[in-house]
Amino acid sequence: MIRLLAPLFALFLPLAALANPALEAVIAENIDQIEQPSRRTVEPLVAQIAATGPEGIALLQAWADRRLGLVDGRAVILNADSMTDAVTGAPVTGEARSLRPNSGVRGVIEAALAGSALSDPDPRRRAAALDSLSRGADAEGLAALRAALDDPDPVLAARKARLERLLTIQFDTDSAARVAAIEGLAGDVGLDFRAALNPLLATRRLAATEEPQANIARELSVGSDALPREAAVALLAQQGVLQPPLTRAEQRSRLAANIVDGRVAGIPVTQLDDQAMRDRAYDTLETQGAVPPAATEAEAEATLATYRFFETYAEPDPAVTDAAKAAQIRAQVRLGAMQGIDLGLDALSLASIYFLAAIGLAITFGVMRVINMAHGEFIMMGAYTGYTVQTVIADRTLSLVIALPLAFVVTFLAGVVLYRLVIRHLAHRPLETLLATFGVSIALQQLAKNIFGTQARPLTAPAWLEGSITINDVIGISSIRVAIFVLALLFLALFLFIMKRTRLGLEVRAVTQNPGMAASMGINPDRIAMMTFGLGSGIAGIAGIAIGLFAQVTSELGQNYIVQSFMTVVVGGVGNIWGTLAGATLIGGLSKVIESLNPSNTLAAQTFMILFIITFIQFRPRGIIPQRGRAAEA
Amino acid sequence: MTRKPFILQNPSVLIVLAVLAVFTAAVTAGSAAYGSGVIPTSMVKVLGKTLCLALAAVAMDLVWGYLGILSLGQMAFFALGGYMIGQWLMYARTETIVAASLAQNPIPATPQELQDAVTNQIFGVVGSADLPLVWSFAHSLTLQMILILLVPGLLALVFGWLAFRSRVNGVYLSILTQAMTLALALWLFQNDSGFRGNNGLSGLQNIPGLDHVSQATLSVWFLWASAAALALFYVLAAWLVSGKFGSVVRAIRDDETRVRFLGYPVEGFKLVVFTLAAMITAIAGALYYPQAGIINPAELMPIASIYLAVWVAIGGRGRLYGAAIGAVVVSLLSSWFTGGRAPSINLPGYVVNWVDWWQVALGLTFVLVTLFAPKGIAGIFDWLGGVLPPRRQGRDLGPNDGAFQEAEAKA
Repeated sequence: MIRLLAPLFALFLPLAALANPALEAVIAENIDQIEQPSRRTVEPLVAQIAATGPEGIALLQAWADRRLGLVDGRAVILNADSMTDAVTGAPVTGEARSLRPNSGVRGVIEAALAGSALSDPDPRRRAAALDSLSRGADAEGLAALRAALDDPDPVLAARKARLERLLTIQFDTDSAARVAAIEGLAGDVGLDFRAALNPLLATRRLAATEEPQANIARELSVGSDALPREAAVALLAQQGVLQPPLTRAEQRSRLAANIVDGRVAGIPVTQLDDQAMRDRAYDTLETQGAVPPAATEAEAEATLATYRFFETYAEPDPAVTDAAKAAQIRAQVRLGAMQGIDLGLDALSLASIYFLAAIGLAITFGVMRVINMAHGEFIMMGAYTGYTVQTVIADRTLSLVIALPLAFVVTFLAGVVLYRLVIRHLAHRPLETLLATFGVSIALQQLAKNIFGTQARPLTAPAWLEGSITINDVIGISSIRVAIFVLALLFLALFLFIMKRTRLGLEVRAVTQNPGMAASMGINPDRIAMMTFGLGSGIAGIAGIAIGLFAQVTSELGQNYIVQSFMTVVVGGVGNIWGTLAGATLIGGLSKVIESLNPSNTLAAQTFMILFIITFIQFRPRGIIPQRGRAAEA
Repeated sequence: MTRKPFILQNPSVLIVLAVLAVFTAAVTAGSAAYGSGVIPTSMVKVLGKTLCLALAAVAMDLVWGYLGILSLGQMAFFALGGYMIGQWLMYARTETIVAASLAQNPIPATPQELQDAVTNQIFGVVGSADLPLVWSFAHSLTLQMILILLVPGLLALVFGWLAFRSRVNGVYLSILTQAMTLALALWLFQNDSGFRGNNGLSGLQNIPGLDHVSQATLSVWFLWASAAALALFYVLAAWLVSGKFGSVVRAIRDDETRVRFLGYPVEGFKLVVFTLAAMITAIAGALYYPQAGIINPAELMPIASIYLAVWVAIGGRGRLYGAAIGAVVVSLLSSWFTGGRAPSINLPGYVVNWVDWWQVALGLTFVLVTLFAPKGIAGIFDWLGGVLPPRRQGRDLGPNDGAFQEAEAKA
């Protein structure tokens, strides 16, 4: 703590150029006690010195750090290669006698120092003192904090009160006060509170023949999950009550050391490729005294039977540990709930990305029964459009505002061209369309590599989208993800508007339901198909910008999302925006949930996810919201 | 009317076998081990691998060209076959190496110690100390050979049963097969899946017990084995699709509902063909990877299976020789163009470097073939043989929507 406070007090040193008569007087009166301080009597002197102002504090700091010396009866502060007068701050030369106060005296000085910083008139210094106190404190810190609880600033006062509770839990000597502090904070999920509880609940294992005089957390039974048999044996061996069991490698090396004329204890070496033979040879050697005895299974078993195994708390007071345990459980429950909320937010943002990526696929599939394998490349195209705009326009916000519609236009046109040149000629041959668009996909991917290179290109979000919205230690979501969520909502609304309120939407719905009938009503299905294909591709471009904002833009960008987008469409059911929404929510939510069950292994999460989808299709082959009516039979 | 003998019905089978025999003999004569050495060993390996790919393409054609299921997960079976043989290759070879090093010890090793040392050697790289359960049979070549057929066969059977039972078809089924191979790849990518994660299995080109045989000789042996497998399964596939069974299979492709109403167990036919194709693909994989020397989960990524579909489509689906030709031509061309040996084209202002532009050309070729030549390369043979499709009203819709053979209708 001293080390942490030291830089703070270094600020005072220049001020010491002014003389401080009060300090000079105190030093002159108590020079003997400064030279030979005693822990029991030094406290009033320290208080007196501290009261003289910044120079006094600097002197105390130096004293506690063993940097105080005496030159001709004057106190001087020893720096690395110079000395300054403790009262005037003037440089001093001469032979200094260094003062070395004992740890008791230093403790008194430190408490006074901490206390003084905590009641410093400058709120920033008080906050800094609180910061350093919360990083590492001790019993003295607690005493100092209690002395300085009042604070004119309500925020700082609240911080002080909270820190006092936390330090009470850790350092108070009165267990009732500690229990009260723990219970007062129970249910809190702050990291600091959980960190304060952890040392109280730290346990160690112990083997004893009867119940030890300690604060026992629980008794362990040998062979349970918490204490496997090997762990119990190892614990006994560590406590010295059992010979360490012989490892196979040791046995082999000891046997090898006792080879005589190609035999070990009368057994030919060639027969020692069998564990039973090795044991026999070792037993024989043991009886001959050639090798040290090792614990046999029977010995180990007998010792295990006589010993009981306990987990004991380092903290001796059971009342405190019980309260801490209860508080920890409550904290964990609340933590679990909050992590659930956090997970929900993550899932929501993932779902919005899948929704944006899949919506284009869904509408083209709904209208034309065509899977566009190049959809992923349209996503990539959108992302590269964003990147290109950013290289031209430096202002990030402006470039984003321009890039969004531009990406839509670029991919819309690309979609229309693809439709006119390829897809139109493959009408009613969905598998061939799939393959042809795949050909387009590999060509586009390689084109992107040729134009932009293979390295990842950044698409940087504007400053106001960086950072995150944090609610507490657990719940937080980055602003970009919120923006993507808003974008997805926007497109949902826009899509619904187009479909339900415009002429185009009406015609699209008609063609989806029955192309032949729609055509005889004067709708041109070819034009409608082209428009929907363009619209779907355009939204893919927007999705590309959204994805590019948090992922690197590479030519493989679209590929990473295409399979998930297919899944979204298949699970959701085609030709219905709500189906896509449901599919995206299900897939996004599910992948986050599976991921949270096994956070270290996202690959396994994806595997289980796909397996789930394959199973899901078994029960709802046409998706969550299937198409009804004649269109479904097509 | 009596049926003509199988070979007379399908003269193309004889031609394919003859071409294959001539090709194998020519490569053997040019190899370093048995002939002049004009063809370097690495080239012999490439040709041997190409034959395996052709076999996979033939199986793909069974499923797609004849049964009408565009399976985008065929390479999963191919890689599984490779993994199964790779397990034995790697285990047995590591065992000989470890046994040799343990023999230096004064005390002979116990079987347990030997196995622990082998496990450590193989799985140390993924930080695992126990032999995974899936390696229980790795010590035995016979068992692993059975697994080559069993594992992909069972996977295809279960997957097919689930998918066909719930009448998933068309594009949905394609996406589902793609999901299957992706799931498998992602699972294999994990370190604790028991297949060494993304390290894969390596050193497969060294055949345990054949240390004294040079790679030059081994490569020719594998070429023979691949050619023999291709010949065998080509004949099997041709026989399968020529008789009544083949007619039903094609009928399912053209109109599944009608076949079902006629009383045929459609799901059963589909399952048989799908599973058989998976097994043939697995055998092709088991022959391929010892020649490639290494296998890792990237081989299962959906893109590999899509390329297989591309080869079959360019070669001409619905014709077994078309699939084989497509695989051979496109995969050899791909390796030639991407290998940097193809001459660049100097356009004014820009040099077309084939390493960069081959993929673009392949993609566009593929689109053009789908649009204008749905029969692919095999269509040339049809044209040469004068077996042009009978003139019907409208455009030929290709194998999917009504390529029933007029000859069959008469028979």
